[in-house]
Amino acid sequence: MTMIENQNIFTQVQVQGTPEWGMNDNGKMMEERAGKPFFSTLAGFLGNAQIGPIYLGWTGLVSLFTGILALNIIGLNMLAQVDWSIPEFIRQGFWLALEPPSPQYGLTIPPLYDGGWYIIASFFLLVSVMSWWARSWLLAKEQKMGKHVFWAFGSAIWLFLVLGLFRPILMGSWSEAVPYGIFPHLDWTTAFSIRYGNLYYNPFHCLSIVFLYGSVLLFAMHGGTILAVTRYGGDRELEQIVDRGTATERAALFWRWTMGFNATMEGIHRWAWWFAVLTPITGGIGILLTGTVVDNWFIWAQEHHFAPAYDGSYGYQAYDQTYQSFIGGGE
Amino acid sequence: MLGWFKNWNKDNPTDIYGPAILVGTVGVAVAVAAVLVTVGQPAATKSLQTGPRGTGMSVPEFVSEVESPDPTIEAYFSQEPIPPASEDALAGDLYENVQVLGGVTDANFTRLMNAMTQWVAPEQGCAYCHANANEGNYADDELYTKVVSRRMIQMTQNINEFWAGHVNANEEVGVNCYTCHRGQNVPSEIWFKLTPLGDTMEGWGAVQNRVTPVSQFTSLPSDALEKYLLDGEMIGVHNYESHVDEGPEEEGVRSWQDAERTYSLMNYVSNSLGVNCVFCHNSRAFNDGAQVTPQWATESLGIQMVLEMNQDYLVPLEETYPENRLGPLHGDAPKAACKTCHKGYQQPLQGMNVIADWPELATTSGDYVYDSE
Repeated sequence: MTMIENQNIFTQVQVQGTPEWGMNDNGKMMEERAGKPFFSTLAGFLGNAQIGPIYLGWTGLVSLFTGILALNIIGLNMLAQVDWSIPEFIRQGFWLALEPPSPQYGLTIPPLYDGGWYIIASFFLLVSVMSWWARSWLLAKEQKMGKHVFWAFGSAIWLFLVLGLFRPILMGSWSEAVPYGIFPHLDWTTAFSIRYGNLYYNPFHCLSIVFLYGSVLLFAMHGGTILAVTRYGGDRELEQIVDRGTATERAALFWRWTMGFNATMEGIHRWAWWFAVLTPITGGIGILLTGTVVDNWFIWAQEHHFAPAYDGSYGYQAYDQTYQSFIGGGE
Repeated sequence: MLGWFKNWNKDNPTDIYGPAILVGTVGVAVAVAAVLVTVGQPAATKSLQTGPRGTGMSVPEFVSEVESPDPTIEAYFSQEPIPPASEDALAGDLYENVQVLGGVTDANFTRLMNAMTQWVAPEQGCAYCHANANEGNYADDELYTKVVSRRMIQMTQNINEFWAGHVNANEEVGVNCYTCHRGQNVPSEIWFKLTPLGDTMEGWGAVQNRVTPVSQFTSLPSDALEKYLLDGEMIGVHNYESHVDEGPEEEGVRSWQDAERTYSLMNYVSNSLGVNCVFCHNSRAFNDGAQVTPQWATESLGIQMVLEMNQDYLVPLEETYPENRLGPLHGDAPKAACKTCHKGYQQPLQGMNVIADWPELATTSGDYVYDSE
């Protein structure tokens, strides 16, 4: 009889022992490592049980400092909007926001109370993100790694810069940037799509969705495949790339039987990396074109003959319905 | 006594937990499926198709909600008109200071006054407007309520006569005092100016992102009703060409902030009528006049009607009201909008005809039509 085995998100194997500090080949690398490493069983359920040490370096310090500053500017502005009342801040927290300047200021520096604080917070946020980006290069270099993470993070930063820097400059107004707030940034997203005639007709938005959903699909396929062949050593992916074993053979055969084609132990990671990276790259292109090159995507779609026409009339009367019958009254 | 049972269990070790979970899960699923098939969906829905197949244009509702009658319908008072004879005395000749309904016959005048009491001040009675009603003096304009009601009668007549395209869009429904008041002195769902929200911000940061009734408790702008239903600003935000050379910093160019304010108004309208976007629009192209329902036109008329109500009738009464009837922040007069009449229903009072019995309220001309046919 097949026994049903409970599989969950928690790591089934934990290793705890002497903390691992990492290499120190030039003898100076310990200087930047802060915090005494320790083990957490709880963390071990989700990933590596070892916590620390952390390597901050000057980029990390700058990033943390400016990031905290930006967050505090945003938070204090929100708090001022509810008259410094902590209960109101909590109650309306998801509603509050630091809004960009009003449109009439264009690219000039607006007064503090109408977007000035927004510009200052954005500047610090920019410094914070860029120095974290530099950090992902420097730490990879330190370990003599490739810079794949750096470039992947760069693709997210591209979208971030399009939204908050490149597009506002092309549009000629800082007011085009996205508000800092939970609901308000979603309001921006809706309003942005509606104002420019429905972003779903923007081909780059389409591509971005393809890569986003594609990333999800690839992630599930890859994670499922590797977990399924772990019993044959498939989790040793790096070894399997250069020295293919039965795990790889079975995984590959499974997908060839399923769909006639399979990725390789190495190639699947290139698929995943490119799908993930192309999501914000294509999305950013789509945003950058909106309001600059195209002002109404639906009309643009009609001009390019891909907005479908529908047969049928508008209004419920056309479909033999009445309000009285809808609310259950006789006709 | 149960020794044989325990011994049998010991001799026949069996994993009952694995199969138990499986059997339990499948069993419950089968039971639920059987109940759903035989009894039916407990939260049954129905929907109103509002556009071509494939566009997803449909207004879905829970049957239990959409088919339950508006509770205020039951409390509605009405009385058939009394056909006037040529010798009947007119209210204007019999009573002093009858400025609006002077041409109504005495019997119908009393009938209407009685009904207005039922609709607006059922608890306070005549004295709510007529200060010395107990002494038999109905002529005084001492109370603000009387001055306001006179203007409201004119507003009602104006709506029924000139805005039939909105209030009788599908069939004769009309409006009378009860459409807004529903037995209350002050109608529910009136609104006041709320912006700026505090004094720490100016511009767009000062008019949104706060939990307010006018924003329907969203973070959208709280000045939508004020801008569109009082100041009469332009609601549309779209360009009608795929590319237009303009920038948001230029005067009159519609920005995404304007789109947010329009969205705030549209969300208010949807809530007022208990419908969704696709009741009027094909949501793929909100701007396209070729992809809207007839209700869109009815609604557009309604917006113009509310503008006139606020500008010509409600706001000019500001001086007449006592302080406790004015807005809490800016001391402005109470104003109306969609929800003041609709109260969450597609048609106020679910489409009940409230004008057939009241020809006195149907026209500003003084020419009352009493033909019942």
